[in-house]
Amino acid sequence: MAKINRRKFLKTTLAGGVAATAVAGKQKNALAGGSFGGYPDSMGVLVDLTRCVGCRTCEAACNKEQGLPAPSRSFDDLSVLDKTRRTTESAYTVVNKYEVSTQDHPLFRKIQCNHCNEPACLTSCFVNAYKKTPEGAVIYDPTVCVGCRTCMVACPFYVPAYSYSSVTNPVVKKCIMCYDTRLKFGRPPACVESCPREVMTFGKRKDLLTIGHDRIRNNPGQYVDHIYGETEVGGTAWLYLSSAPFEEVGFDVALGTQPIINYVKEFLTVVPMVLTIWPALFAGFHLLATKKSKANETASAQDTK
Amino acid sequence: MNKKTKYGVGVLAAVLLAWAPATSGTAMEGPETVQIDALAQYYDAVTFDHTMHVEAAEDNCAVCHHHTTGTPTDDPNCVRCHNTSQEGDLVACQDCHAKNRFEADYLQQIENNPRLYHRSKVGLKGAYHLRCMGCHQEVGAPTGCEDCHSRNDAGDKLFHAGTYAPAPGSESEGHH
Repeated sequence: MAKINRRKFLKTTLAGGVAATAVAGKQKNALAGGSFGGYPDSMGVLVDLTRCVGCRTCEAACNKEQGLPAPSRSFDDLSVLDKTRRTTESAYTVVNKYEVSTQDHPLFRKIQCNHCNEPACLTSCFVNAYKKTPEGAVIYDPTVCVGCRTCMVACPFYVPAYSYSSVTNPVVKKCIMCYDTRLKFGRPPACVESCPREVMTFGKRKDLLTIGHDRIRNNPGQYVDHIYGETEVGGTAWLYLSSAPFEEVGFDVALGTQPIINYVKEFLTVVPMVLTIWPALFAGFHLLATKKSKANETASAQDTK
Repeated sequence: MNKKTKYGVGVLAAVLLAWAPATSGTAMEGPETVQIDALAQYYDAVTFDHTMHVEAAEDNCAVCHHHTTGTPTDDPNCVRCHNTSQEGDLVACQDCHAKNRFEADYLQQIENNPRLYHRSKVGLKGAYHLRCMGCHQEVGAPTGCEDCHSRNDAGDKLFHAGTYAPAPGSESEGHH
């Protein structure tokens, strides 16, 4: 007999009697199945780290476009590059500097939301605040955000930030690829447009992959033969070319190619079953068990009489 | 009208209309200075000393103009097709490098032309900065933003610098 593990036990014992919940589970699967691969004509941005000189113009443009609070230091103050920074509620993109072993000059890398094809933030959000738009942006509705911060834990890139400064209505904050003001009108994000050195190429994701591979091929020795984001966590709308090994410029190269949802979906489909079936099932067991002992109690009570 | 302004006016017209086709591949057919103002928004226009850069490039126009000015290009990627390219009608940067590189209509143009080879040709701003700064880095020429163009008031506002600089001591980097 095949070894029965916990998951198999749950599947086989519970699936039969819970057709309704199983169907609900299947629908969830279809929405976040881990094999979606992105909308066919979605847009993206190809970032070429060899071109970035760390001028921070993208940060300034983002601040203006998104109406973010005034920075504590001017955007032309390059001393902030001495520290590795993360995105915050008031900075949806930041540039970091990396000394690399393969070159005698540093590389700079802009970080922001990578707009995954199958976003972990989206699948982790229990109020469905997130949405992956056909244009490729991962946007969110701050009015339904309850501030649970699960998306911050789920994001493999540590991108969503939280408005801790808001006493009354703290919500999650992150880059939306300028969806409201630009992307949905077919225009490039503000950072892309502002960049003096065209570090970022905006276009259809599928075209960007071709451009990226062509650039690697046409400039032998200049790039690592990989586009970060092509396959990582199921693919991202933001893609990166680098002349130094990706792990040296702050990328997590251990994320794998599976969307984050794939690691948890089997477990998650069981959750509704557990919630609906287990109470009834174990209440039944309990009643059966206590019925017998009650009967025994009555019997023994009669014996002593 | 002194020589420089005369040339300046001529160059402006030239930049707008594309330079008149020169008759030979010699470098000095070009303008003395070029007023680069097509993108001026956060920085003032740049008066580009063309003569000086022609000298710096040792009369090799291909250093900046690829294959359009008659001097042969030695870029291995370009020579595959442009080994024998003659001087073109269009030689100004903005004749080929688009100002609206990532706007929908330009992207659509590329998409409508599946046989187009130069699909990822950089836009005008990228062309200027990659070409100028690339060379400047190599030869040790200035590479800071304001080494070439001075930032204007709109630029100061964008960068929260100059008169728009944050008050000192307001150090709060925010939280994640």
